[in-house]
Amino acid sequence: MRPESVQGTSNDEQNNQAIAEILARHGKEKKNLIPLLQEVQAGLGYLPREALQRIAHFLEMPEVEVWGVATFYNQFRFVPLGKFHTTVCMGTACHLAGGQLIQEALERELNVKVGGTTEDGNFSLERVACIGCCMLAPVAVINDKIHPKMTPFKVEESLIPYKQEVRGGPEKEEEESEGKN
Amino acid sequence: MAIFENISSVARSEWEALQKRTYISVGTATCGRAAGALEVVDAFGRELARQGLKVPVVQVGCSGLCHADPFVTIAKADSLRVAYNNVTPEGVHRLVDGYVAGDDPCLELALGTVEGCTGEPLSIPELPRFERERRLVLRHCGCIDPENINHYIANSGYSGLNKALKMSSEEIIGELQRSGLRGRGGAGFPTYQKWEACRKAQGTPKYVVCNADEGDPGAFMDRVILESEPHQVIEGMIIAGYAIGAKVGYIYVRAEYPLAIERIRVALKQADELGLLGDNILGSDFGFHISIAAGAGAFVSGEETALIAAVEGKMSTPRPRPPYPAESGLWGNPTLLNNVKTLATVPVIIERGGDWFASIGTEGSKGTAVFTLAGKVVNSGLAEVPMGTTLRELIYDIGGGIAKDKQFKAVQIGGPSGGCLPAALLDTPIDYDSLREAGSMMGSGGMIVMDENNCMVDAARFFLDFSTKESCGKCTMCRLGTVQMLRILEDITAGRGRIEDLDLLLKLAEDVRAGSLCGLGKTAPNPVLTTLRYFRDEYEAHILEKRCPAKVCPELTVYYILPDKCDRACEHCVLTCPTEAIKGEKGQVKVIDQEKCSKCGTCLEVCPPEYDAVVKLSPPSLLPSANVAEGSARK
Repeated sequence: MRPESVQGTSNDEQNNQAIAEILARHGKEKKNLIPLLQEVQAGLGYLPREALQRIAHFLEMPEVEVWGVATFYNQFRFVPLGKFHTTVCMGTACHLAGGQLIQEALERELNVKVGGTTEDGNFSLERVACIGCCMLAPVAVINDKIHPKMTPFKVEESLIPYKQEVRGGPEKEEEESEGKN
Repeated sequence: MAIFENISSVARSEWEALQKRTYISVGTATCGRAAGALEVVDAFGRELARQGLKVPVVQVGCSGLCHADPFVTIAKADSLRVAYNNVTPEGVHRLVDGYVAGDDPCLELALGTVEGCTGEPLSIPELPRFERERRLVLRHCGCIDPENINHYIANSGYSGLNKALKMSSEEIIGELQRSGLRGRGGAGFPTYQKWEACRKAQGTPKYVVCNADEGDPGAFMDRVILESEPHQVIEGMIIAGYAIGAKVGYIYVRAEYPLAIERIRVALKQADELGLLGDNILGSDFGFHISIAAGAGAFVSGEETALIAAVEGKMSTPRPRPPYPAESGLWGNPTLLNNVKTLATVPVIIERGGDWFASIGTEGSKGTAVFTLAGKVVNSGLAEVPMGTTLRELIYDIGGGIAKDKQFKAVQIGGPSGGCLPAALLDTPIDYDSLREAGSMMGSGGMIVMDENNCMVDAARFFLDFSTKESCGKCTMCRLGTVQMLRILEDITAGRGRIEDLDLLLKLAEDVRAGSLCGLGKTAPNPVLTTLRYFRDEYEAHILEKRCPAKVCPELTVYYILPDKCDRACEHCVLTCPTEAIKGEKGQVKVIDQEKCSKCGTCLEVCPPEYDAVVKLSPPSLLPSANVAEGSARK
């Protein structure tokens, strides 16, 4: 359950710079812990271990306490998101309209389990309790675009453009999806 | 105070100037945006520019008619204001040609005519729901631009604050007492008592905290209020601060509501610029400052002591009460914690008086109730009705009944803390006490309607699953007891249940309720208890017959292609099945390989309606035996 560290020096430097700028905007009061975590995550996409250490140092708190708060809340992530981040809504209305089937379809089509990111880093999948668009249930969100009234079949369709973009062209996509026997 | 008069007259002249013009309004709250409202706004912009028309397009909040999104109105000074539902960018051209530039109101696209919206709440008399609705809290929703403070002020906004500043604390709290207002967050505690306790409490500084951690899946009215009329909540907070002697307030909003956070931020800035926030509000010696605390995603944060911990930057776990936050809240100081709807009601009460407010509603529950209506109703959305309105009136008159002519089965009120009520209780009036008696609760006001295709055991399992995931882990019974209950429900939905499990569930429910500190654990068993009370036959069918009556539970349901209905030449199901479970040469009957079937239902969805050959069977033993053997089923 350790957060992954960022690979590559240039990335590290960029991250360090970003964290320093965020810390400089805040006071050392403990109430700033959650806003700090939120801002660092917004800047970096996730919370690498180094970031948590630096926040702990900045607020003069034990690292374990920062880690405790960060892991308590659903919002915080310790691995980077995929290039295309997919969330499936699991609110009541979505559940009743077949949200579970949408989740399973996304897991199948993306070949990743909820909470995970594909090995190539292209797709990540999360579930969310409710995004408050209950009249459009069931709903999936791909990089902030809301896909309303999903069905397992529409999941396959709606992913095609993203998969094409990842693979760099529509021709390839067709070859692969037609590999049925 | 002359200062307010000046502000108010500037606001009124801006508003009146707008009303003298032809203008277009588009609802662009989150629900509207999800349905494509921003694309419609863009399309209007392009079309108006193309035709050289100088007509403002005002982005308003949510009208409550979420089923009609994108929701557009065209207002004309000298003619009817017309509302249009489900407008698409392609349809914009016709509306501009027809009613903006011309005199044809495009009746074939219209939902109805708009009344009110200037001073009075939005109403569309053609829709029967508006006979039932009474919008006090939602009075500006869908009428004003939430990012323009002048729209709010011109429609009597901040006049409650202006009046309150001339009253004493005791007078304000007395007005609340006369109003009979009870907390709208779910528990229904008399609001004036909280305020009075805070006012009398020793210790400074005192705080006002607005609880906008709307975590119930299926409830979104707080989001709508914050996105559509953020100033009304802010006004309520300032009045609260004045009445209890606090100078600082926090709005704790879910991070999942980015648009709400943005609109509060804009509203705070505008209020500050006009001197409605900050030091010396409206020239008085009272000062008040509000900050936003964005939640980080934890359902338990809706509980007041857990919310306080979250604002302090800690893990959001509840603590025993007393002491209540009114005495010892944020950083150990007296803290007034109210829900969004409670605070949004306050300006209305101050403006029009407690007695007036108390004349609406029932003996024990005064005023109105704001509900979100979702699930299997025709018209999903938001409604505000006088307390005492029945569930039937809300679901049928406002919600338009059950979609697709299905049979009503249950209504779930109050999310994971609430209960499922059956058809026999549809005439239950909506008020705190009646709902509690029925085994449910008012909750935060999320209402989900279920039809014959929903499985009540599965619904109970869903809510319990939510509660186990969101339990903060502090109390053993909540952390572990709910998991045991969930395991039992999973067994039942998978056909492994035993009839004695039902008594065990009841026993565990009692223990979880008794052994939990906060509302999350105390109410987590409610969905199980109410479904057991009203839908025991469904539990028994799962256990004794291995049958899911609604054909929802995957382990107890199979898909089957009726050989005499299958067209044979059509291959829709074969080509779309994601697990390649359907076999059958062209010209042959298609057969599902049950071993490979993932029960996703795609075949049922894609089978052309003229064949309608795919059916669901429960229990699985109904499956003709030839279909069970893997692969060999082709005829």
